[in-house]
This record gives sequence, C-alpha cells and structure tokens, in this order.
Amino acid sequence: MILNIFTDIHNLLLGLMSAKAVHITELVLIGVAYLGIFAVLGLFLVWLERRVAGFFQLRLGPNRVGPSGLFQTIADALKLVSKELTGTVKADKQLYKIAPYFVITTALMAMALIPFSQEIQAFDINIGVFFLISVSSIGVLGIFLAGWSSNNKYSLIGGMRTGIQMISYELSVGMAVVTMVVLAGTLQISEIVELQKSGWFIFTGHIPAIIAFMIFMIAGTAESNRVPFDLVEAESELGAGFHTEYSGMRFAYYFLAEFVNMFIIASIAVVLFFGGWLSPFGITDAIPFAGLFWFTVKVIAVIFIFMWFRWTFPRFRIDQLLTLEWKYLLPINMVNIVLMALMVWLGLTF
Amino acid sequence: MSYFSDIINGTKSLLIGMRITGKYFFVNFLTRKDVITEQYPDNLETLNMFDRYRGEVTMYHNENNEHRCDACTLCEKACPNGSIEIISDKELNPETGKNVRYIVKHIYHLEMCTMCGLCIEACPQDAIQWGQNFHHVQYDRGKLTKVLNKPGSKIMIKTKEKK
Ligand code: SF4
Ligand code: SF4
Repeated sequence: MILNIFTDIHNLLLGLMSAKAVHITELVLIGVAYLGIFAVLGLFLVWLERRVAGFFQLRLGPNRVGPSGLFQTIADALKLVSKELTGTVKADKQLYKIAPYFVITTALMAMALIPFSQEIQAFDINIGVFFLISVSSIGVLGIFLAGWSSNNKYSLIGGMRTGIQMISYELSVGMAVVTMVVLAGTLQISEIVELQKSGWFIFTGHIPAIIAFMIFMIAGTAESNRVPFDLVEAESELGAGFHTEYSGMRFAYYFLAEFVNMFIIASIAVVLFFGGWLSPFGITDAIPFAGLFWFTVKVIAVIFIFMWFRWTFPRFRIDQLLTLEWKYLLPINMVNIVLMALMVWLGLTF
Repeated sequence: MSYFSDIINGTKSLLIGMRITGKYFFVNFLTRKDVITEQYPDNLETLNMFDRYRGEVTMYHNENNEHRCDACTLCEKACPNGSIEIISDKELNPETGKNVRYIVKHIYHLEMCTMCGLCIEACPQDAIQWGQNFHHVQYDRGKLTKVLNKPGSKIMIKTKEKK
C-alpha cells in the first residue's frame, strides 16, 4: 500500500518532466522528508528522555505544554532558533561553523539505511552494515572539530576524550556487529531482516548472540556519548564539553544529533538482533503498516534500555573507560566471534 | 581468576542497580504513587509546606488577640536588609505611674526579606516566628508590605515566673 503511494508519486512526476529530472526531484523530496523525520524524531526523543527521567527520579517531567507535555521540546526548539549565535573571538571561524553540520550529515546518512518497514528504506546497498559503521564514525569528526575550533580548554579536552572513546568503542561495536554478520552471512540490511523470518537472531544465535547484544549495548551507549560514557560533556568537570561555546541553533544541532544517534544505534540493534520490522512470530505479516509499527515499538524499547542505563549508572573515569574496553570487552568480543563462527560451522544455531 | 569473577560480579551489581531504578520507574509510570512533584499552582488548596519551611515572618497571637511584642526594636536592628520597621508609642501605666512603650505597627516588608531568620533569633520575647505560607504572589508590590500585629491586639500580661 505504501509502495503504491510511492509508485503513484513516481508516475505523477514522470508525467511532468523527463526521467533524469524526476530522479533528481525524488532525491530532493526524500532528503527533505528525512530532514523532517530527523527533526521530529530528535524532538520526540528529547521529550521521551525528560519524561522517562522524571519517572525514574520520582518526578513527573514536562507535562504542561500540550498533552503530556508533548510540545515542550517544540517550544524549547523555538526558543533556541530565536537565540543569538554567539562565538569566541579567537575561534577558528570556518571550522567552528562547519562542525555541527558534520554531525547532522552523518546522522542523516546513517538514517538513510534504516529500514523503517519493508518498503520504507531510502538506501539499501549490499554493504549496508559496513556503510553504517563507517559513516557513524565520521560523526565523531564533527565533535572533534567543535572541540578544536572553539579555542577553549574545556572544549578541547572534551573533543580529545571523544577521540579516545570513539577509537576504543568503535572496535567493540564493529566486532559485535561482525559476530552477527557471521551468523547472517550477508551485509545487506534488507536481507538480514528477511533472514530473520524464521527466528530473530537473538534466539537463533543464542549464547554468542546474547553476549554480542550485551557488548553492543555497552559500546553503543559509548558511541552515542551517553551517560555513563558522557566524558565528552561531563558537566561537572568540563562545563558542557565540546559544545561549551555553541549557542542557539548550532547547539540544537548537536543536541538533536545526539538523540538521533541514539535512535540509529537502537535501530541497528533492532535490525541485527530483533528482526527489524518483522512482527513476533509473523502475526501481522498481512497488514501493510504493521512493519512500521513493530519497528517503532522495538526501537523505543531499546531506547528505553539506554535511558534506563543513563538514570542508573554513574559516569566512568577515563582510565576505567579504557580498561573496560581494552581489557574486558575486546577479548570477550574476540572469543565470541570465534564461538559464533564455530557454532555456524557446526550447525549449532537454530 | 579474578578476571572472570570481576566480570560476573560487575554484571551482577549493574543488574541489581537497574532493578532498583527500574522499580522506581515502573511504579511511578503506572501508578504515580511516589511522585513527589507539587503541581503548583494547581494544588493551592492542598499545598502544605513542611514545618521548618521559611515562608514569611509572622507574629504569634493567642486566642485573646494578644501578642508578646514589647516594641524593643531588636528585630529591626538585627535585620540586614531593613525589612522591619517598628512604630511604637509610650503610654502612662496608671498602676505603676511609669511610661511604658507599646507597639503601634510592626511593619514587615516581605519583598525585601531574604528569610535569613536573624530577626527571629534576635527577638527576646519569641514574639515572631516562621509562617509556612508558600503562595505570596501579588500583582502589586505594595501588598507585600504587611503589618504583623493584628489590629486591636494587646501585649500579653507577662507571667512572673522565669522559664
Ligand atoms: S528574616 Fe532576615 S531579612 Fe527577613 S525580616 Fe528577618 S532579619 Fe530581615
Ligand atoms: S518582635 Fe521581638 S524583637 Fe521585634 S520589637 Fe517585638 S519584641 Fe522586640
């Protein structure tokens, strides 16, 4: 049904202009649509975070603007838009202005690969998972540049910490993903989801898949710079870390991108471990919009776990952070890959 | 072998932590039972601040509309902000034949008060005390200037015995 709408629009455009122009128009349309999704998603997740945080801390969270305070973040965004864009005199102006767009662009690029449902996926290449991992590591460049170009000690320390953290945890995320790729035997995201029709990978891969999932969740939290791995921002030590010198909309870009990154990490987890847009036991396979529904439910469940982490665990020290990665996660991960390979080879997976 | 026990103990303690916070979340999400948020100003009728809350300085009056203030002005002098003004007068006590000072107006400027409590500590008669009123909002700043002794009130006759 959704597919029909898309083909309808395609045919309508074909009637209006040449094939090449249609191609370009469609690219622009999809880009705009994803920008919209980006903004709405970011605002929604910020609201969710604040609301969830409220309940964790025996509060209520935002509940005045709109039903259940749903429009609170829109009001906040409007406030940020209307604010002056300040900057430091000695900042490296060019880099300082460009840095937020790195973060936004990479988040958008990664989002293009996310299969919201069987039909809605903007970009489905055969090296999908690989592309996702590589693109999401470019995002760190934006944070790094922000820290460097602000010409502020706190920002610089924040940026440097990001570098350390990303280099370390990228490895764990990558290897956890590779473990699942060993099981799937393909890098294409739509195929990975199709393969799970006979059972989600977290069940078919059992022990190594569960270990990989736990590692992925830990490293994913670190990847999206969230508590307890938010050394990059560390309010009590660094002011606001890398975005200390940013204000107004530029700050909002970082803020939204952080939440959208969390969404991306959660989506990857859902695609690799919980069967993407597939319904449990295929109960609603016939209903057209069900894929979107199940995908959203699963992603929000995973995001809730991230939020649960955030409101439970205290922040790491930088040496503890590195110890965790290099002494614990990485060796476990390596053993786990071998284990998974053995299981696949011996046919011990379901 | 402490390496593996570290991993297991670490995971276990993290899960215990998550169980505790998770309980908080789900109990409050489903029932709102322990939520401590006061929904001011929707709850003006039910809003009760705790006993030690410093809402405003008030003067104690007993049921006969009598207070303990003898207009000594110590509270006025103790206040770092000049929030208290004492207006007093003297009147002849026919029994003793002495001029006795009595309070006309104990003026308290809530708008300048920082709730430091120095006046209350300074008062030798314990005439003034903390009130727990939270809702002071006014559109006119003049309304925040209050006279603490109630109209027509008198000073209590002091009992002779010392505490
Ligand atoms: S509480 Fe402090 S500021 Fe207020 S009236 Fe008393 S002495 Fe002055
Ligand atoms: S309130 Fe207390 S300190 Fe102030 S004038 Fe009266 S008796 Fe003196």
